[in-house]
Amino acid sequence: MTNRLSWFVIAALVLGFIFLYGPMAVLVTYSFNANKLMTLWGGFSAKWYPILLDDAAVLTAAKNSFIVASVSATFATVLGTMAGYVLARYRKFHGRTAFSGMVTAPLVMPEVITGLSMLLLFKEMGYWFGWPKAMGFSTVILAHITFSMSYVTVVMQSRFSVFDMSLEEAALDLGAKPLKTFMVITLPIVAPAVISGWLLAFTISLDDLVITIYNNGPGSGTLPQLIFSKVRRGVDPTINALATIIITVVATGVITSHILMTRQEKRKQRDIQAALQSNK
Amino acid sequence: MAAERARAETTTQVWNDPNAKPYIRIENVTKKFGDFVAVNDVSLNIYRGELFALLGGSGCGKTTLLRMLAGFEQPTSGKIYIDDVDMADIPPYERPTNMMFQSYALFPHMTVEQNVAFGLKQDKTPAEQVKTRVGSILDMVQMRQFAHRKPHQLSGGQRQRVALARSLVKEPKLLLLDEPLGALDKKLREATQFEIMNIQDRLGITFIVVTHDQEEAMTLSTRIGVMNSGQIVQVGTPKEIYEYPNTKFVADFIGSVNLFEGHIVEDEPGHVLISAPEAGTEIYIDHGISSAPGAKVWVAIRPEKMDLTKNRPDDSDRNSAPGIVKGIAYMGNLSVYLIKLDSGKEVKVTMSNQRRAAEHAIDWDDRVYVTWHANSPVALLS
Repeated sequence: MTNRLSWFVIAALVLGFIFLYGPMAVLVTYSFNANKLMTLWGGFSAKWYPILLDDAAVLTAAKNSFIVASVSATFATVLGTMAGYVLARYRKFHGRTAFSGMVTAPLVMPEVITGLSMLLLFKEMGYWFGWPKAMGFSTVILAHITFSMSYVTVVMQSRFSVFDMSLEEAALDLGAKPLKTFMVITLPIVAPAVISGWLLAFTISLDDLVITIYNNGPGSGTLPQLIFSKVRRGVDPTINALATIIITVVATGVITSHILMTRQEKRKQRDIQAALQSNK
Repeated sequence: MAAERARAETTTQVWNDPNAKPYIRIENVTKKFGDFVAVNDVSLNIYRGELFALLGGSGCGKTTLLRMLAGFEQPTSGKIYIDDVDMADIPPYERPTNMMFQSYALFPHMTVEQNVAFGLKQDKTPAEQVKTRVGSILDMVQMRQFAHRKPHQLSGGQRQRVALARSLVKEPKLLLLDEPLGALDKKLREATQFEIMNIQDRLGITFIVVTHDQEEAMTLSTRIGVMNSGQIVQVGTPKEIYEYPNTKFVADFIGSVNLFEGHIVEDEPGHVLISAPEAGTEIYIDHGISSAPGAKVWVAIRPEKMDLTKNRPDDSDRNSAPGIVKGIAYMGNLSVYLIKLDSGKEVKVTMSNQRRAAEHAIDWDDRVYVTWHANSPVALLS
């Protein structure tokens, strides 16, 4: 074995990076294209950004997307945490298999089907109960909760299944009632998983198009819907600028959380070392 | 540690007092997990102020019994009373018990101080009082200087002391300890054993300790309950259990022992004579066991109650088994000799090394006689 990288490894690395980041690089580059035609480079310009930010439709869609994603992620996290807890803790109860299957079904179900079935449900409900009267924020948020909750459930179930039960027992033993035990012991300990579950639900909701199209109404159009409709009418460089902004926001979030986690892990390792030293 | 045990035995032998009221009554408790019987029809009385050890190998049901006392498991049948109150419908958070967990179960997101204060806060104890009580219990376990550390910043021994403090701070009527000293090294373990005995003495709390370590059980406890496959096999003081085991299992589990199979030749109130071909000698015991002649018995003799001699003893057809030295393990304060008897059976004999390199030292392959006093053997019927 040699320590030097062979040409094969280098080639694989370069190709892999191109494959993953090439499209994004092109997109970001062309967002600074002076030419109005997307496919032709006409010199550097940042003019599309101010134009984009003056576009009221874009801003409204971004706001709608943010509202839908944050509200649905929050509800999905609450429900998903509860479902994950039940599935990890109670090995036996009536209908466990059915419950487990239903909770995770949206993960494997084609979105076209999920979206359509939600649409039909809302129509029926509107007919029989008088609610929802029209498609809009409430329906699209409900639809998003339904499928993003599945992702949270999977995350939380795997977290709870490795949770040390004796921590909860210790709290009960010391006089805390079950609900209090869950709130002050269990939840704080699994908080990192809850947060990553929320982020997962948030991003999934943010970029969902298919289910949104079925269940959204006028006035609550989301960013993916806007982009999709713009692209259909002909590609406009502002789309590139918009995508670049989204990429920047997401990348900043990912990198920040990575740095924070690494730093925390390092501090923990240092503490453990110090504890071992002081015990000598 | 001998002094400690003597104290416990002379001051209170409450379990021998027929008028004494047991503090914890376990009545015919059975616990099944599916088809598996973890605890099988156990009845046990434990008295106030006792330090009772449940001793047994892994899977013997000792931890399940402890968890039923804490309220984490419900008995399949049978009753548990603590201070005359039926525990059947009382959840863990309302029981007068606290438990120290084998894994310590310290809350990772709280400091040492918050961990210890947790139990008091559940009772809505005034903040001032919480502070003083937490402070004094941390002083007792010498962890005050670590009050603001998180559990992951502590070593194993320190965590163990925090766990002990947390379970003690509410001054429960009954403290349950699950393998409390398992993770500690030998020195720390001995120190902590004495600490636990001191605390028990000072606070007068009733302790139940679950352990698989017979030495720990012997050192700590006023009485030991030996468990095997879900049942209590024998209950007694450490001395009773060691000197008068009632079954082969107990004799073998506590300390090391040489067992000979044999049958009774003579059984008088004053003595028993047992023929044991395995030993190559008749075994004479100077106390009766009241069983029919001809009955099958096992004779248990502790290695330290045996003696080795190169010269043929006078009364050589009784309590003297001839054999050859097959191995010597030098342990410093004592040596363990492995003797192959003429019957082929191997026995262990321990001799204390009173003198340095004795003149007539017994060496490998020497022909020797294994002898013992007539009150050393114990005859066991099962």
